[in-house]
Amino acid sequence: MSIEFQITPGSATPIYRQVVDQVRLAVAAGDLSAGDPLPSVRMLAEQLVVNPNTVARAFGDLVRDGVIESRHGQGVFIAAKRKVFADDERDRRLSAVLDGLLSEAAALDFSAAEVRAAVDRRLKEVGLRKR
Amino acid sequence: MTDNVIETCRLTKYYGAKAAVDQLSLTVPRGSVFAFLGRNGSGKTTTIRLLLGLETATRGTARVLGCDSQSLTPEMRNRIGYLTESHFAYGWMTIDECERFQSGGFRQWNRELFDAVIRHFGLARSSRVRHLSRGERAGVCLAMTLAPEPELLVLDDPALGLDPVARRALLEAILFVTRDERRTVFFSSHLLDDVERVADHIAILDGGVLRVLCPAEEFRRRVGAWIVRFEGPVPQLPPLAGLLGVTCLGNEMRVTVANELEAAEVALRSLSGVEIKSVPVGLDDAVVSYMDDRGRRRSLLQTIAGKTTSEPAGISPPDVGNLTPVRGLTPPGSPNE
Repeated sequence: MSIEFQITPGSATPIYRQVVDQVRLAVAAGDLSAGDPLPSVRMLAEQLVVNPNTVARAFGDLVRDGVIESRHGQGVFIAAKRKVFADDERDRRLSAVLDGLLSEAAALDFSAAEVRAAVDRRLKEVGLRKR
Repeated sequence: MTDNVIETCRLTKYYGAKAAVDQLSLTVPRGSVFAFLGRNGSGKTTTIRLLLGLETATRGTARVLGCDSQSLTPEMRNRIGYLTESHFAYGWMTIDECERFQSGGFRQWNRELFDAVIRHFGLARSSRVRHLSRGERAGVCLAMTLAPEPELLVLDDPALGLDPVARRALLEAILFVTRDERRTVFFSSHLLDDVERVADHIAILDGGVLRVLCPAEEFRRRVGAWIVRFEGPVPQLPPLAGLLGVTCLGNEMRVTVANELEAAEVALRSLSGVEIKSVPVGLDDAVVSYMDDRGRRRSLLQTIAGKTTSEPAGISPPDVGNLTPVRGLTPPGSPNE
């Protein structure tokens, strides 16, 4: 499978971050799975019309987080899922994103039940693994 | 020694009593795509003309490819491509004649590359320049600038007058040039979306003075903004290091700060607002903070509304990255935080 990137300059999200987020989402949604190749830094940069350093930065972050791996001389591939972080750190990272979500939801005056329903709905769409 | 293709030292140019460029110390690393930003009249074109030895500096020095700008030999000029702001070409020539005329001045000429750019802009070699649109003429000029495969490409507002398709072609051309990592592109622009796409280094010139000089990503990291909401009226903002601008709307205050982000957050929290949140700053927001005098004057909307605010008077934007040397490009995969 492959991935169609959508880059929006002028957004509050830096371009490298947009690339990182879209690869992560594609993996979470099953559009990309372990072993799928990604284009090279140079190719992707020219395809997206962005500076190669921006793509290199995004790939750097994805490698660091274990989402992709670079195989010497062959290119970049989606990595098999493995535990990159200790349990505590995993929990901490999840809490951090949850806090952002919840405070935003509270500011928009959603109830706890509505938030839960929205998360469930989105989970179905994205299709995370069941357990 | 660092490998810089452009180095200026306190470069200054006066026109009468007015400094068009004021003690500019600029370094452009080899292999970078360097965006040179600033409002109209901020001194960008004058700087470029000084770099190319087309103007004489009042004081200070400029070196390009290691050679003093005032004494660039024809051999040196062969290694520099320069696209002028006006996209000049002789109207009575055909594109084919333009190529023959221009190629005579260069030692090497990549005819396939010239052809590719002409085709990309949908042009025919037999067309006469005076029958071309502004964007088409820009395409011809770009082809003539790229064909000698210069080591340093200096583009003065290359996107001026281009339609979206031609703009995209221009960006692709810039990326094409940097396939060879020894080649450098130095361009001025007002189109921050384009800058965000292709530039890895930026400099901002404001009234002839260099305000920002650093890698593009670092610039974004160094500028932060907060919105503080208050129960009652917005209080007076205490003096804040690195303050770029304050705007007040109703009982909310939006504060933009450079460099001293942690100190600013602490100071803002001590104002005891009901809510404080950090807001993301896009590249355009960050650049505009430096260019539109928001700190010193009020925003246009506030001026229209005739609102009085609690803005401190006379904020001068702090310099970003000016004091730290511009670093080389980040190798793929290295941690950047």
